[in-house]
Amino acid sequence: MGISRRNFCKTIAGSAASVAVLAAMPGKLMANWSDKAFAADKLEDAIAAKYGSLPIEESTAIQIKAPEIAENGAFVPVTISTTIPGVTNMSIFTPANFSPMVASVDVMPRMKPEVSLRIRMAKTANLVVIAQAGGKLYRVTREVKVTIGGCGG
Amino acid sequence: MKIKAIVQNDAVSVKMLIPHPMETGRRKDQNGVLVPHHFITEVTASHNGETVFHAEIGPGVSKDPYLSFQFTGAKVGDKLKVSWVDNKGGAETAEEAITAM
Repeated sequence: MGISRRNFCKTIAGSAASVAVLAAMPGKLMANWSDKAFAADKLEDAIAAKYGSLPIEESTAIQIKAPEIAENGAFVPVTISTTIPGVTNMSIFTPANFSPMVASVDVMPRMKPEVSLRIRMAKTANLVVIAQAGGKLYRVTREVKVTIGGCGG
Repeated sequence: MKIKAIVQNDAVSVKMLIPHPMETGRRKDQNGVLVPHHFITEVTASHNGETVFHAEIGPGVSKDPYLSFQFTGAKVGDKLKVSWVDNKGGAETAEEAITAM
C-alpha cells in the first residue's frame, strides 16, 4: 500500500518517537549520512546540525523551481540550482515536515549545480535551500502552498 | 531501478527512478500499527570510478524517489554506475550505458 495523503499527514502529526528512532539507527550504515541533521525537528536545528555555525547570507543566486500550489503534498516536484561559484553542497529543508531536512546534495566537481527531485510536504510552508561555497552559506526561501490533504494547512 | 543517461549538448543528463517505499516511520497500516522507518539514505553515481553525484536523503523524499542531475566529461557508450543504500541495510547497484539524445 502506498503512502496515502491521509496517512502521510498522520505520519507528520508529531511525537518524539520518530526522533528517537532516527537517532537510534545503526551508525555503521549511516557512516556518511547526516543523522543528527535528519533527526532534528526544528528548521534551524537541522541547518546547524548539517552545517555547524557557518554564517548564512540571504542570496538571490539560488533558484527554486516548484509549483506555487502543490495539489498533492506527497509528491511536490522541486528543482534547485545556483550560480554561486565554488558551491560544494546544496540542501533542501522545509518546516512543513516533522523532520525538516529533506535532502542534501554534494556538488561534485563534474556536476552542474542543479538537481531535481520530488519531496513530501505535510502542509503549506516554506522551502528553504542552503548552498555552501567555501566557508559560507547562502539561503533562499520560497513558500509552497499545499492544498488538498495539507493536514489542515 | 530505472536510469536514463543521455548526452545533451556538453553534458550528460541523468534521470533515475528508484522503486522504494520510503516509509516515514509515522504511517499506520490497515490495522493501526505503525509501519517502521524504511527509507533510502544515500544515492551515489559514478563514471569511470569517479563520483559525479552524491545525495543524502531522508523520509521527506517522496515514495519511489526520482532524482535528476547533469554532469560533464562523459561520452556516448560510457557506463554510469548508480548505487543506493537504505536504513535497513538494503542496497542496489546498477549500470547504464550513456546514450545519444
